[in-house]
Amino acid sequence: MNLTLKVWRQKDANSKGKIETYPVTDISSDMSFLEMLDVLNEQLLEKGEDPVAFDHDCREGICGMCSLFINGRPHGPQNATTTCQLHMRKFKDGDTIFIEPWRAKAFPVVKDLVVDRTAFDNIIQAGGYISVSTGNARDANETPIPKEIADQAMDAASCIGCGACVAACKNASAMLFVSAKVSQLALLPQGKPEKQKRVEAMVAQMDKEGFGACTNTGACEAECPKEISITNIARMNREYFSAKLSSNNT
Amino acid sequence: MSWFTKTLTSSIGRKLMMALTGLFLITFLIIHASGNLQLLANDGGKAFNLYTKFMTTSPIIKTVSYILYTSIIVHVIWAILLTRLNVSARPQKYEYDKLGQSSTWASRSMMLLGTIILIFLVIHMKTFWFVYKFGEIGMVTYDGVEYKDLYTVVVNAFKNPLYTGFYVVSMVFLAFHLAHGFWSGFQTLGLNHKKYTPLIKTVGLIIAIVIPVVFAIQPVYVLLFA
Repeated sequence: MNLTLKVWRQKDANSKGKIETYPVTDISSDMSFLEMLDVLNEQLLEKGEDPVAFDHDCREGICGMCSLFINGRPHGPQNATTTCQLHMRKFKDGDTIFIEPWRAKAFPVVKDLVVDRTAFDNIIQAGGYISVSTGNARDANETPIPKEIADQAMDAASCIGCGACVAACKNASAMLFVSAKVSQLALLPQGKPEKQKRVEAMVAQMDKEGFGACTNTGACEAECPKEISITNIARMNREYFSAKLSSNNT
Repeated sequence: MSWFTKTLTSSIGRKLMMALTGLFLITFLIIHASGNLQLLANDGGKAFNLYTKFMTTSPIIKTVSYILYTSIIVHVIWAILLTRLNVSARPQKYEYDKLGQSSTWASRSMMLLGTIILIFLVIHMKTFWFVYKFGEIGMVTYDGVEYKDLYTVVVNAFKNPLYTGFYVVSMVFLAFHLAHGFWSGFQTLGLNHKKYTPLIKTVGLIIAIVIPVVFAIQPVYVLLFA
């Protein structure tokens, strides 16, 4: 298939970018979206031009590294799919495809389609972990956890931290991401001892990074490649209010 | 900053203020809409004027009304603060944006809808509340007691098709504001539950339709039949 790509090109963080148009030909419908971009980059290299920079790593939908705002939606037109798992059969011969980076103050563009998602790492570093003493692994069933609680925690933990929620939100809010990370630990006995400290620190860091606030539009949930539910945001709010009322942190 | 101000100025704390004041304002709307149905009593305005006097002199209602004014001001100021934060969080827009399909128009347009409702509110207060409190208003006597005749002020205002038209259009915007706001308020408070959220969403939609319709019936009735 033959396509027209409208790609955001930006030399570096300080340059002003713009949309460039590139035709690509002989694209197989079996290619993934990133393989199609590989073909474009080979063409550009052959012509001696600068290839398009884009983030990718595992290419099997689990690492959260790929991003791309494709035809007006994070990770493109297919629901519950990362860009690397999006295939060209979802497009038609002759299509024009817009490819842009995530847009958020907290995710500055590094080059072309690559954005800096350090803000997410900073939020995790603020409290998205459990402090444990090292030693031998504990016995598997030492701490009983009801199946439905384990399932809820696992659903929240399936967040890959790609930032599609921020990209989809009209306020560039990170609340779906932060709430998934707060929830996966707050639901489980291992996460409970530090849950107050965690939610306070993570929300404070989220605000510091310059993300917007949630207006409950639900766009994040609709665009999340892992279908993280906004019930997590309600849980984070509950955790936050109760922590603020009763924690010793003044 | 104390832990308390830090909480209320955080993103979630600001949302909490929006949710609490918003949900309180909805309870006011229910009372205001049902109380004003006495306009339709067809008794020359007696029931309405007696009700008006009660609403402006009862100490309990007066106390609640101060909470109400505070809530409106907080709701407006916090909305401006949050919107400024939210707009600044995306300095550069997308060139090509199809995000409209991922959420409802009302949920994305709360600031616009709220601004129109605020404009309506200012005009509404000027026409009725200001005239009642500080303006020149006729008096009527029922059973030997004098009352301010707000009924005539209301009827005269509603007989103007432009005023009534503006009123009805504003109620449409109110409907959309409530359609998202009611459910959203509960979600912000953390009240999202398998058992109750479907009910909250249904009640929210009913409120979003019934309250504006009950409000709109009053000027339309006066315009057409009074």
